[in-house]
Amino acid sequence: MEPVIEIEKLVKNFGRVRALDGLNLTVAPGEVHGFLGPNGAGKSTTIRVLLGLLRADAGTTRLFGGDPWKDAVDLHRRLAYVPGDVTLWPKLTGGEAIDLLGGLRGGLNATRRGELLERFDLDPTRKGRTYSKGNRQKVALVAALASDVDLLILDEPTSGLDPLMELVFQETVREAVARGATILLSSHILAEVEALCSRVTIIRDGADVQTGTLSELRRLTRSSVVLDADVAPDELSVLDAVHSLTADDSRLRFSVDDGGMGAVLSVLAGRTVRSLTATPPSLEELFVHHYGAAADRSGSDGAGRGAGAETTRKAAHRA
Amino acid sequence: MSTAFAGTGRLAVSMLRADRVRVPVWVLVMVAFVAYAAGGIPAVMGEEGLQARAEVMKEPAGAMMAGPGYGIEDYSIEILMANEMLGMFAVMVAIMSLLLVVRHTRAEEEAGRTELVRAAPVGRYAQLTAALIVLVAANAAVALGMGAALVGTGMEPVLDAWVFGAGLGAVGLVFGAAAALTVQLSSNARAASGMAGALVGAAYVLRAVGDAQAPGGSVLSWLSPIGWVQQMRIFAGLRLEPAWLAAGAVVVLVSAAYALAARRDVGAGLLPERRGRANATPAGRTLLGLTARLERPRLVWWAVGLFVFGALTGSLAGPMSEVMREQPQLLAVLGVDPGDDDAMANLVSEAMGMFLMFFAMAVAVYAAAAARGLLGDETACRSELALSAVMPRAWWLGAPLLVSLLGSTALLVVSGVGLGAGASAAIGPAAVGDFALAALAYAPLLACWAAAAMLLYGAGRGSAVLWVALIAAFVIGMYGRLLDVPQAVQDAEPFSMVDAMALVGGDGDWTPLWVAGIVAAVLSAAAMIAFRRRDLAA
Repeated sequence: MEPVIEIEKLVKNFGRVRALDGLNLTVAPGEVHGFLGPNGAGKSTTIRVLLGLLRADAGTTRLFGGDPWKDAVDLHRRLAYVPGDVTLWPKLTGGEAIDLLGGLRGGLNATRRGELLERFDLDPTRKGRTYSKGNRQKVALVAALASDVDLLILDEPTSGLDPLMELVFQETVREAVARGATILLSSHILAEVEALCSRVTIIRDGADVQTGTLSELRRLTRSSVVLDADVAPDELSVLDAVHSLTADDSRLRFSVDDGGMGAVLSVLAGRTVRSLTATPPSLEELFVHHYGAAADRSGSDGAGRGAGAETTRKAAHRA
Repeated sequence: MSTAFAGTGRLAVSMLRADRVRVPVWVLVMVAFVAYAAGGIPAVMGEEGLQARAEVMKEPAGAMMAGPGYGIEDYSIEILMANEMLGMFAVMVAIMSLLLVVRHTRAEEEAGRTELVRAAPVGRYAQLTAALIVLVAANAAVALGMGAALVGTGMEPVLDAWVFGAGLGAVGLVFGAAAALTVQLSSNARAASGMAGALVGAAYVLRAVGDAQAPGGSVLSWLSPIGWVQQMRIFAGLRLEPAWLAAGAVVVLVSAAYALAARRDVGAGLLPERRGRANATPAGRTLLGLTARLERPRLVWWAVGLFVFGALTGSLAGPMSEVMREQPQLLAVLGVDPGDDDAMANLVSEAMGMFLMFFAMAVAVYAAAAARGLLGDETACRSELALSAVMPRAWWLGAPLLVSLLGSTALLVVSGVGLGAGASAAIGPAAVGDFALAALAYAPLLACWAAAAMLLYGAGRGSAVLWVALIAAFVIGMYGRLLDVPQAVQDAEPFSMVDAMALVGGDGDWTPLWVAGIVAAVLSAAAMIAFRRRDLAA
C-alpha cells in the first residue's frame, strides 16, 4: 500500500541555519507513528513542510502521493492538524473556533463534536482569550477529531492536558485509528508514545537517527545486568558484548549488547549464581541513548560537550 | 490555481464579523464630522470670512496644511471642504485601511492562527484575498457614507460630492494595498504597520511640500496618493484622470503582494531575521535598560520622520515671508511694517511656532504609546513573568514612563532642530537653538499625556478616551476658529496654552508649564497606585 507520508532527504534552511538536513520519514496507512526528538530537532519544521506552510529546499515530500506545497488545499481536505501551541481568536468562543476550523475543512461530524466536548469536559461558550493552555488545546483537538479525515497530524497535542484528559486523548486516538485514520504524533510523553504508537521515528539535528517498532529499537540498545556469582570480573569483561563493567563487594554491574546474553550465560554455566537480574532498556534509556548517540554523530553538539569536558578539567585542577 | 483561493469566502465573512463595530465607527466619525463642518462653517464664517480664509490658504503655509488650492479665488464651503478637509480625511482613511489589512493578515499570522487556518483546506491566497475584500467593503462604506453626507448637506455639483467620497475610498485602497505588500516583507505585524504608516507620512509630506511650492501643487504633489485625490479638482472643475494613478498603484501593489505571498513560508517575512547576542548587556539586565533597548528602533524612526518633516516645514519660512511682503493689507492688519526685517522675522517665527505645536501633538502619539506596550506585555503574560521576579509594581510602570518621557523630550528637540535648520536661511542661524528650546516647552504637557495613558492602563481601562482627546485637541487647534468652537473650549485646549515662542523670547507665561508638571506627577502617582490595586489580566 502507498505510504500516507513519504519524506526523503528533506532539507530546509532558515537563512544560514539548516533546520532539516536530509530527513527521512515514512508513515504507512493505519499506523500511529511516533515522531520523537529533542527540542529544536526539527519536528515542527517537518510538520510545517508536510502542511505546505513551509517550502522545502531539497528532497522529496509526498503526502497521500501528492505534493504538500502545490496540492495543499486538496490534501488538507483529508487531514486535520493540532499544533503544540494553540492560539485562538480572542473574541470567538471555543465553540465558534471549532466550527470555523471545521467549516473551513468542509464540515464536522456534529454528533462526535458534542460527544468530544463532553468527554474532554470543555465549555464551548467561553471566549478564546479566557481559556488556559490545556483548554485551548482541547479546542483544537475537538476540531480535529470531530472531522472525518484520513490523517491526523498532532504536534505535541497533550503538553497542556492533565493525566485524566491524557487518557481521554489516548482513547479518542484509538477510535480514530479504528475508523481507519493514520496518525503522526509528535510527543515527549513516553508513556503516551508507548501506549499509542506502532512505529516511531527518532530525529536529531534535522535528520532521522532511528526508525522502527519500539521492540526493534529496544533491540538496538543494551540491557543492564546486576550479577552476584562466583566469577572473576575479567572473565566477563573480555567478552565483546559486555560493556562498562564495575564491581562492588560481591556484585558485578555491566551492560550487555542485544543478543550477547548467551555468551554471558555460557561463562556462568556451572558456576554458583546467587542472583542475576537483567533489565531491558526503559523507554527513557532508549531515548537518552538515541538522542545522545545522535549528538556523537553530529558535530553540532560538540560545543556543549566541550564545555562539559572543560568543567571536568577545571574540577580536576581544583582537586 | 483556483484552489489557491479556497476558503476565501468563509474567511472574509469571519473578518467582516470581527470588524462589524470598528469599521462603522471610523466611517460614522468621519461622516459626522463632514456633516457638522458642512452645516456649521458657512453659518459661522459668512461670505467675507470665507474669502479671508482663502487668503490664508493661498500662502505656502496654508497650502501646506490644506491642499493645492483649486478654486480658491471663489472660496465656497464646497471648495473649502475639498481644499482643507480632503487631505485630513485621506490620512484617516489611509490609516484605517492599513490597520485593517495588517490586522487580518500579518497579525493573525504572527499570533499563530494562520497556521491553524492554513492546515485546513485553505488556499495560499485566501487570507490575503479575504482581507482585501474586507478592505474594499470598508472603503465602499467610506465612499458612500462621505458622498451621502456631502450630498445630504446640499453640496453641489452632486457628482463632485460623490467623487469626494469615492476619492477617499481610492486613497484607502491604495494604502490598504501598500499594507498588503508590507505584511509580506516583515514577519512582525507592528513593523508592517510601521512601514505602511511611514508611506502615509511620506505621502502627506510630499503633497504638503508640493502644494506649498506652487499654487495647484508641484511634481511632488503628484508623487503622493493623497495628492492624487486633491488633484481631482473636486468642486472646482472636476477631472477624473488622477484616479487612474490610484488604480494603477493598487494593481501594482496588490500584484506584488500576491507574487510574494505565493513564494514565502507561513510565518516568515522576506526581510531577514538576524541573530542576536547570547547574553544580555549589563543594561539589558535592568528594566530601564530593557525598556530603552526595546524602544530604540521606534524612537529612531520617529526622530528621522520628525526631523525630515520639520526641516521641510522650516524651509518654507523663506517663501512665506516673501508672500507676506506681497500682501501689504494683511501686514497692516497685523501691524507689521514690511520694511522692518526683525518684525517680519518675528511674524514668520510665530507661524513656525504654530507648526511646532502640531509637532508636539504628533509626539503626544508617541508619548502615549508606552502604555500600549505595557498592555501588550500583560496580554502576552510577560508582565506576569516579570512581576514574579523582584519587581515592584510601581517600577513596572515607572520605567516605561520614564523612557517615554525621555524619548518624547528627545523627539521634541529633534523636531525643533529640524524646523530651525530648515528655517535658518530665512530667520537666521539662531533659529536652530531657539526652536529646539521652544520645543522643550511642550515637554511637561507631554509628560501629562504619557502619565494619563499610564493611569488608564494602571486602572485597567482602554485608552480610547486619550486618543479621542488627542484628536479633539488637534481638530480644535487646527479648525477651532473655523468651526466656531466656543472660546472657552479653545482656551482649554492644552496645546495652545503653551506659548513656546514667547517663552524663548523671554516674555512668556511659565504657569502652564508648572501646572502641567504637577498634573503629570499626580497622574503618574495615581497610575502606580491604581496599578497596585488591581488584578493582572490572565
